[in-house]
Amino acid sequence: MTQEARYSVGIDLGTTHCVLSYVDLQAGDDQPELLVFAVPQLTAPGVIEDKPQLPSFMYLPHAAEIAEGSTALPWSGKAEHLVGEIARNLGSKTPIRLVASAKSWLCHAGVDCKQPILPAEAPDDVSRVSPFLAGKAYLQHLRDAWNHQFPQHRLQDQDLTITVPASFDPAARELTVEAARAIGLGQAVLLEEPQAALYSWIENSEGDWRNHVAVGDVILVVDVGGGTTDLSLIAVTEDQGNLQLTRVAVGDHILLGGDNMDLALAYTVKAKLEQDGGKRLESWQLQALTHACREAKEKLFNQPELENIPLVVASRGSSLIGGTLRSELTRDELKRVLVEGFLPVVGVGDKPQSKPRSGLRSAGLPYAQDAAITRHLAAFLSRQMGATDELKDINLPEHARFLHPTGVLLNGGVLKAGVLAERLMQVLNGWLQTEQAPAARLLQGADLDLAVARGAAYYGHVRKGKGVRIKGGTAAAYYVGVESATPAVPGLAPEVEALCIAPFGMEEGSEQELPNDEFGLVIGEPVRFRFFGSKTRRDDAVGTRLEAWSDDELEELDEIEITLPEEGHNAGEVVPVFLSAAVSEVGTLELRAVSRRDQQRWKIEFDVRAGEGN
Amino acid sequence: MNTYTIDLSLRPTTFDLWHVCLAGTVAALTLALLAVLVSVLLAGRRCKNKASAQPQQPEIKIVEKIVEVEKIVQAPAPEPVILKESTPDAALQLLSLLQKEARFIDFIKEDMSAYGDADIGAAARIVHQGCAKAINEHFTLSAVSNDQEGSRVTLNQGFDAAAFRLTGNIVGQAPFTGTLVHKGWQVTDLRLPKLTEGHNAKIIAAAEVEL
Repeated sequence: MTQEARYSVGIDLGTTHCVLSYVDLQAGDDQPELLVFAVPQLTAPGVIEDKPQLPSFMYLPHAAEIAEGSTALPWSGKAEHLVGEIARNLGSKTPIRLVASAKSWLCHAGVDCKQPILPAEAPDDVSRVSPFLAGKAYLQHLRDAWNHQFPQHRLQDQDLTITVPASFDPAARELTVEAARAIGLGQAVLLEEPQAALYSWIENSEGDWRNHVAVGDVILVVDVGGGTTDLSLIAVTEDQGNLQLTRVAVGDHILLGGDNMDLALAYTVKAKLEQDGGKRLESWQLQALTHACREAKEKLFNQPELENIPLVVASRGSSLIGGTLRSELTRDELKRVLVEGFLPVVGVGDKPQSKPRSGLRSAGLPYAQDAAITRHLAAFLSRQMGATDELKDINLPEHARFLHPTGVLLNGGVLKAGVLAERLMQVLNGWLQTEQAPAARLLQGADLDLAVARGAAYYGHVRKGKGVRIKGGTAAAYYVGVESATPAVPGLAPEVEALCIAPFGMEEGSEQELPNDEFGLVIGEPVRFRFFGSKTRRDDAVGTRLEAWSDDELEELDEIEITLPEEGHNAGEVVPVFLSAAVSEVGTLELRAVSRRDQQRWKIEFDVRAGEGN
Repeated sequence: MNTYTIDLSLRPTTFDLWHVCLAGTVAALTLALLAVLVSVLLAGRRCKNKASAQPQQPEIKIVEKIVEVEKIVQAPAPEPVILKESTPDAALQLLSLLQKEARFIDFIKEDMSAYGDADIGAAARIVHQGCAKAINEHFTLSAVSNDQEGSRVTLNQGFDAAAFRLTGNIVGQAPFTGTLVHKGWQVTDLRLPKLTEGHNAKIIAAAEVEL
């Protein structure tokens, strides 16, 4: 860093939108003023507007599509990539050239995120890009926009926090940091989105948050964004008289969000139209209908006195009157599709429904098969029943079948709808009631749209030692698969044992080694390990070997790979190594192989996702 | 009918005082005309010199920002009056926004007589929703007067005559008290998109060709 950072900058690198928020670090200590950066972006060819959100979309135009000079930005005569509003607008009419949800691909097992694979449905004519490049392009746009506005305080010299879903695995986190590093933002640190939301709530309460939570509280953060649902549990404990916050559990990566809701509404209206008129809707009409449904949904949610909203889809030609498609969205439909469809009243013992996937998985994103957010929540709370066992301030009743949250913090635009938030609380409190536990209360005063970016900017402030910091560490324990030392049985694959290399809750900046487990690596030959993560096994220490586990406990992640370079060695030579795991200050997990002979270290790569499935 | 013939070859046969006056007038007029001609020529040359001394240097900018250009127009009155000339780009931009969000031009250009009220009503929803979106996104509007329409308001001495228009029985001196008929609208903030150099603002909606 060439100069003292003037600002703490937070970037919410969302699935559907990116937001940049910042706080002036020199503006005084007590209540920092958080600002949201208006991002200049193309909205149509030749038109530039400042908007608080940068849509996370990238458009790959045809050479003949865009007039010369019409993609200029304030800082560049020709935009390198079309990102933001223009990409979304152009892509809505030409989806084969639109890159969307790139972030979700980062956490998609079995895909090499540095291979040009997006848009997945593009014809061969379109030159594709990698999910990694798309993420980098959004960051690059934000960096250039910032540097254009603050030439004296360039982004590479500021404190920078980038948020990632709590459910991101080590490889996805690593890719995010790598994208930042690739454009000169090597100082960026990672923060989990639900934690960012809680930081934002703390900041927003202006010091009053201590009166709203107490020792023994367990705060459930439910973050339903445009494309994903992210769950986290944060415990409130006491340490030398001070309140302490510890993130004790995170949920799975659930690809389910507001976009699914709009689509569900559009399909409902489409079915109605096709039934009434008997005419088939074209894809552009469905798209326009989805858009109209989103607006109608917001209106119905905000104005409880309305019973229905007429929907009109105009024809594409210049004749507006006449060729329009008419229908309506009623409150009953809204309730049936969204409240009952996405937040049904279920028992806490219910599990999300899943059926075996058919066909090639890597052809698309693994969208959640069960749209019921409440069922995902039930499964999460049941699985995480032991999350607070080690905290003496938190006491779960003997008969409890799930972890009892005492407070709920909502985040994400979807939950701005009072009806949905109420239903979520009603279901949760229903579960608590059956176990005679007090109802959980809703933490008020959160800004659901911008909280993550704001919390991220505030985090820079917190890292300077001002304000309370949420403790967390790794949200899972990690294991490598090793063949067990049993006699080989012909016809059976050798048994695999899971060797713990990083325990649950490993703190940033710490490192653990496994000197007792030795591996012989062959120079020049890539060696792969099977890699597992567990969000529930909290007690496994480094070196623990598991012989058997249930599918629910350990989740297989992508394989990790190491190739020992030839420098200083002869090809084919076998080097005895042991493994070491560290959590960097940035917040990424780093695995290394350490030579027994000379303590030389080699990095083990995560992002080798080009699995055999491709 | 009488016919008058003018014989131009005729010369005065007598030379009296009347003729002296006439000759004098002709001479004076000729002199005046010459003086005017000379002054016009001189003025013209001076103007040309001025124009060539200040060649127009177009400023090269990547992004053109819409600013209202104030142009001084020479008016015959002794006091120069400054008139603002609105830039066409901003007007075209607004049309483009309204067309994009609300299909405004499509609506205006359509022949209403061919359709029933139900069809027009459906289209009006699109136009209304879209216009509201375009206007709310790019302008911040507020009422000029915060009083209830229909209530009595008093305008004190020195009130802003541009913001409040008096109508009806305007007599006497301020303060004026009357009924607020319309609360008025004002734009308190405006966020028009910027345009790239070379962007043809006259194309307010591109023709669309689907392949």
